[in-house]
Amino acid sequence: MAEVLVLAELNPAGGGVRKTTLEALTAARALGEPSAVVLGAPGTAAGVKDVLAEYGAATVYVAESEDVEAYLVAPKAEVLAQLVSEKSPAAVVIPSSPEGKEIAARLAIKTGSGFLTDVTEIASDGTATQAAFAGATIVHSQVTVGTPIYTLRGNSVTPEPAPAAGAEQTVDVAVSDAAKQVRVVERVVEQKSNRPELTEASIVVSGGRGVASAENFSIIEGLADSLGAAVGASRAAVDSGFYPHSFQVGQTGKTVSPQLYVAVGISGAIQHRAGMQTSKTIVAINKDPEAPIFELADFGVIGDLNTVVPAATEQINARK
Amino acid sequence: MNIVVLVKQVPDSGSERKLDPADNTVDRAAADNVINEMDEYAIEEALTLKEAQGGEVTVLTVGPESATDAIRKALSMGADKAVHVIDDAIHGSCAVQTSAVLAAALGQMEYDLVMCGAEATDAQLSVMPALLAERLGLPQLSGARKVTIEGGTAKVERQTDGGFWALEAPLPAIISTWDTINEPRYPSFKGIMAAKKKPVETKTLADLGVDAGSVGLASATSKVLDFAGRPPKGEGVKVTDEGDGAQKFVDYLAGQKIV
Ligand SMILES: Cc1cc2nc3c(=O)[nH]c(=O)nc-3n(C[C@H](O)[C@H](O)[C@H](O)COP(=O)(O)OP(=O)(O)OC[C@H]3O[C@@H](n4cnc5c(N)ncnc54)[C@H](O)[C@@H]3O)c2cc1C
Ligand SMILES: Nc1ncnc2c1ncn2[C@@H]1O[C@H](COP(=O)(O)O)[C@@H](O)[C@H]1O
Repeated sequence: MAEVLVLAELNPAGGGVRKTTLEALTAARALGEPSAVVLGAPGTAAGVKDVLAEYGAATVYVAESEDVEAYLVAPKAEVLAQLVSEKSPAAVVIPSSPEGKEIAARLAIKTGSGFLTDVTEIASDGTATQAAFAGATIVHSQVTVGTPIYTLRGNSVTPEPAPAAGAEQTVDVAVSDAAKQVRVVERVVEQKSNRPELTEASIVVSGGRGVASAENFSIIEGLADSLGAAVGASRAAVDSGFYPHSFQVGQTGKTVSPQLYVAVGISGAIQHRAGMQTSKTIVAINKDPEAPIFELADFGVIGDLNTVVPAATEQINARK
Repeated sequence: MNIVVLVKQVPDSGSERKLDPADNTVDRAAADNVINEMDEYAIEEALTLKEAQGGEVTVLTVGPESATDAIRKALSMGADKAVHVIDDAIHGSCAVQTSAVLAAALGQMEYDLVMCGAEATDAQLSVMPALLAERLGLPQLSGARKVTIEGGTAKVERQTDGGFWALEAPLPAIISTWDTINEPRYPSFKGIMAAKKKPVETKTLADLGVDAGSVGLASATSKVLDFAGRPPKGEGVKVTDEGDGAQKFVDYLAGQKIV
């Protein structure tokens, strides 16, 4: 069976693989036999090999080097390009983070290939499904040149185990000077949260301008915590300083696709929809019966969030 | 310091956008075409750098005739001049091909810095800096929420999940900017008037030495096979809170086995 290279996306500092990696391994099986590629500082692969095998990696290529971490994107593209030329895989599948898309782009130039970003599904003939224009249009597309490279949008595929050998193969990494131009001087974490990561969460509760203040976002956090959910925000809420930018959902923020999305005090502008339209179930709480968010909602409450949300939170907590 | 800012014209992200069933490319007639909003942050940042350090800001666009409007917007904000690559053969190009055209145009320009938006709101790729960096051998500093240029070195805070990465690279370099970086200025009346007189140089593929057969729909590295509107959602349930809104919400969640 044809080999498909899957780039593993890892959590920082020995935190294991991200769920997106398991999704990519699952999606890659449509095209052939997945092999995982682990790129990171020395010692990275040891902690993740088993889960990669469990999710279908016949081979785990281990490309460990300080250089891979010390410089932005370019070294990773270089190592992948080397593997593509050695293994001639049927395709390459990469989780669709900002870094993942940039690796895909550079790999496309290096290998003379086409690439498709943010795909939500890959069929066995290589056809990819993408959601265009804020999710309003569903597109089928194909790479027509070289080795097809896909970046897979998070939460669009359900990870399924498929135990495989996970045979470890060490890759010699020799990063060229050309790929060492942009030094990562420091990685700074500003917000630590005990809540699930926004793009991975199965429930997201988002607040908009209607929440009215930063302090009042505690109402959103309260509901989120009662549901074990991640917190999101509209751009208006972010621009007003109610909540940090990294929680913004929408066209210029995160794209989420959870089982349940609760939009609180959000009008439902097209750019906001872009980031949440594909959620399985959508609930809206808004005092304006005409708010466009209700067009998307499976369930809507017309009411004041300041009364509805705390009361709902209390009831949910009481059921536990 | 001379800065080239890449500007793209896109269908307004606030309107209903469509693909053209004739060839599955963006239907430019279906929506208002505007400057990619994300590029305004790059222009603003370039103008701020120029104001502090001197030099010139040049706008570079690859796009059809109508894209002049996007160029004028950038000039009215304060950019000095523009290069517009227009050639019918470019229609339907994929990002890989567009990057080849932009790279060829940049090859004929002099710059210390190339700046662009973090993404074009039409296809939302966020890949142009990576493609260009790869082609031109430039350092790629993408996703900036803060930019500092000091003695031939670019320092960038790259926006990440819950924080940032501090990046550093020598000039010339390519930087893309997020919408968290600044507040783009509005063109003044004076700026709008002045923009009408600023030089816009048009170039064809032949001027750039790019083979017309290597770009455009026919030789694109990927193609759209078909498209369809997202199937409409069934009517949802809507209740008005009369003291029981929370209860009905929780009942709904219970019905969905979420709580
Ligand atoms: C290029 C571009 C990119 C963009 N990217 C994004 C993006 O990524 N994400 C994003 O979200 N937006 C984005 N936007 C902005 C978008 O157009 C909207 O401005 C934004 O989504 C509005 O946020 P909102 O719904 O919170 O605010 P508003 O539109 O002001 O809506 C607030 C809502 O709260 C309701 N409300 C007020 N008080 C209460 C109360 N007490 N109880 C209940 N309901 C109440 C109101 O009825 C109203 O519907 C982008 C815009 C552009 C041009
Ligand atoms: N045809 C184009 N002409 C000029 N600049 C472009 C073009 N396409 C993309 N860009 C620039 O590249 C950035 C990222 O675009 P993208 O990678 O397509 O999302 C945009 O914000 C623009 O600054």
